[in-house]
Amino acid sequence: MQFAFAIIAALTLVSGIAAMSLRNLVHCALCLAVTFAGLAAMYLQLHAQFISFAQVLVYIGAVAILVVFAILLTRSGEPVTHPVVHSSWIVGVIIALLVFGVLTKVILSSSISSAALHPLPPKDGPSVREIGNSLMIDYVLPLQVIGLLLTAATIGAVIIAMHEPKISQPPASTPRVNGAEVPHASGHSAELTHHP
Amino acid sequence: MIGDLIHGIFLMIWRTLTDQPEAKSDFLAVFPTAVQPVVSAVLTVSPLLAGFGLLFALTTLLERKGLGRIQNRLGPNRVGPCGILQPVADGLKMITKEDIIPRTADRVVHLLAPIALVVPTVLAFAVLPYGRYLVPMVNDAGILFFFAVGASTELSVFMAGWSSRNKYSLLGAMRAIAQMISYEIPLIISSVSVIMIAGSLSPVEIVQAQGSWLAGGFVPHWYVLTPWGLTGFIIFLISSLAESNRSPFDIPEAESELIAGHLTEYSGFKYALFFLAEYFGTFAIGGLAVTLFLGGWHAPIEALEVIPSYVWFVLKLMALVSLFIWIRGTVPRLRVDQLLNFAWKFLLPMSLLNLIVAGIWHFTAVWDFPCALLVRWALCAAMIAVPYTLLGRALNAKRNAAHRTYRYAT
Amino acid sequence: MIPLQNYLIFSAMLFSVGLAGALTRRNAILVLVGIELMLNAANLNFVAFWRFSSDPNAMAGLMFVLFSIAIAAAEAAVGLALIIAIYRHYKTTNLEKVNSLKG
Repeated sequence: MQFAFAIIAALTLVSGIAAMSLRNLVHCALCLAVTFAGLAAMYLQLHAQFISFAQVLVYIGAVAILVVFAILLTRSGEPVTHPVVHSSWIVGVIIALLVFGVLTKVILSSSISSAALHPLPPKDGPSVREIGNSLMIDYVLPLQVIGLLLTAATIGAVIIAMHEPKISQPPASTPRVNGAEVPHASGHSAELTHHP
Repeated sequence: MIGDLIHGIFLMIWRTLTDQPEAKSDFLAVFPTAVQPVVSAVLTVSPLLAGFGLLFALTTLLERKGLGRIQNRLGPNRVGPCGILQPVADGLKMITKEDIIPRTADRVVHLLAPIALVVPTVLAFAVLPYGRYLVPMVNDAGILFFFAVGASTELSVFMAGWSSRNKYSLLGAMRAIAQMISYEIPLIISSVSVIMIAGSLSPVEIVQAQGSWLAGGFVPHWYVLTPWGLTGFIIFLISSLAESNRSPFDIPEAESELIAGHLTEYSGFKYALFFLAEYFGTFAIGGLAVTLFLGGWHAPIEALEVIPSYVWFVLKLMALVSLFIWIRGTVPRLRVDQLLNFAWKFLLPMSLLNLIVAGIWHFTAVWDFPCALLVRWALCAAMIAVPYTLLGRALNAKRNAAHRTYRYAT
Repeated sequence: MIPLQNYLIFSAMLFSVGLAGALTRRNAILVLVGIELMLNAANLNFVAFWRFSSDPNAMAGLMFVLFSIAIAAAEAAVGLALIIAIYRHYKTTNLEKVNSLKG
């Protein structure tokens, strides 16, 4: 058990550090996906199966792909000449190390580390039925709010990222090839067929 | 000890073939307790891989001969009688071909892309029930696991396209990913209607919920034989064609479009891995369609339940695969904006409507006046057919198609 | 059995890696990647505390993580859409160049 935890933790940490420090942005995005997968493995070890599958589905199947698409659409995948970190990067690293130090000190000096581990109930993870029940009965208000939030986020993201129709175009009748003046309802097809 | 081993193997094979539970227990008892999980895992995984590998070889042959016949020509018929050994020749060719990598390609990502595609696809085989007692992994959230590993395959498509440093590959990869994420939503929502009615995310329980017969054992209780199930099945099939990048949704990898899309710079064994992963994906999603809608390993008539359950699963899976091949030979390819419009503007509203109709079917099950079944069928079918017609007409209204003239060869 | 503080210290490490990246990298997308790492570290904390709780029917930890995953996905979508819109205007994602509000 300890061995498996050590391997998964090492893999996740190394890919997390790689995701933040590599020069090539696409490599960073792929290392981020590996980090998510390592975290899913850790959730499986904690007997939280549903959360682990949801993590793979949402983070690797959607967020990682979003990051990759953003890298492609902003041409950040090409090699750059200027330095990739701020000129004052050492301050950021020191702050992060301070935060880590404070957190570790709090954890190690709290009663969690010194308390004897009471025998854990044989939790095999809640069944999906129990999760569904608690979502629909105890947590129905957050569920509805999340639905509203996701709808708002989807509509907002589409509107923000949409091509804006250029107002200064002359109302000429010759149809032009580039899709900037025709407001497309779905930003997808405009992006994919007109960006090289 | 050797006698115990042979006895255990014989019992294992006999129990698997005759649909009995606890097939492996006698064989595993020979091994020490520490090794038993490993041996059990190997015993579960190797027939699965071997069986699906064989099915893959047969399907490539079936596809080429079937497509050939649809296109009024013979398929491969040189290697072996009627071309039976063609997959062997194909395999040898793929293995011995030179592995060409472009000079500016990103080698590590280029190597990892086919591996990152094959691993989740094979993982997806783990939750499907192939027979009465033949499920590799019994999990409470099996369907969620299936969709989670299905979603992970998209990243490998991007890796393949980007690492080739080729404009065609990148464009093909972006289109492929857009297609896959667009069609994931109708796929998942149409399977949610089944999950809602069956009341469980576990494929084993979904198959068990379809295991009864009406009308004296002649009409199975499969979900495809209900109005919402039929609609859900059709939506699921269309979305699964798009998820596996098969025709008519094979813009990402058709030869006349963008050369081969994200697979352009792959040759030799890596291309064979991509090919394998695509067919395995088709089998996995076909297996899920069989589990969700076609009653899994149940026989259609109660009297035929004596035939072992895995035979029925394989028959239904091959029927679906043949349907996919038939569609490939018949329907022309969709353009990428047509395909995306179809997913977002048509399939998504229809699958949401399907969810509502499934709920209505479930709650009107308490009606018990005479011919209530016909009334329920008519109501639910009307609730699906009327919006289908209206939506189809509304979406087609803006298209000014030219008047079609037919000219026949005389 | 792995003690609880192992999970907590590991998630603290992941959090500080994400924080370091979000504070030092110039590209706006990588700042978002750092934020996602921080959110994931917090989720791991929640799941670890849920596992080691004494009440066998407590689901609050898991529910929180479920909602946190959903919110993180929505926030990533909106954030990346914003970055694309900024790129269209400034033609760069370098955060040092996006400084027209600077006094």
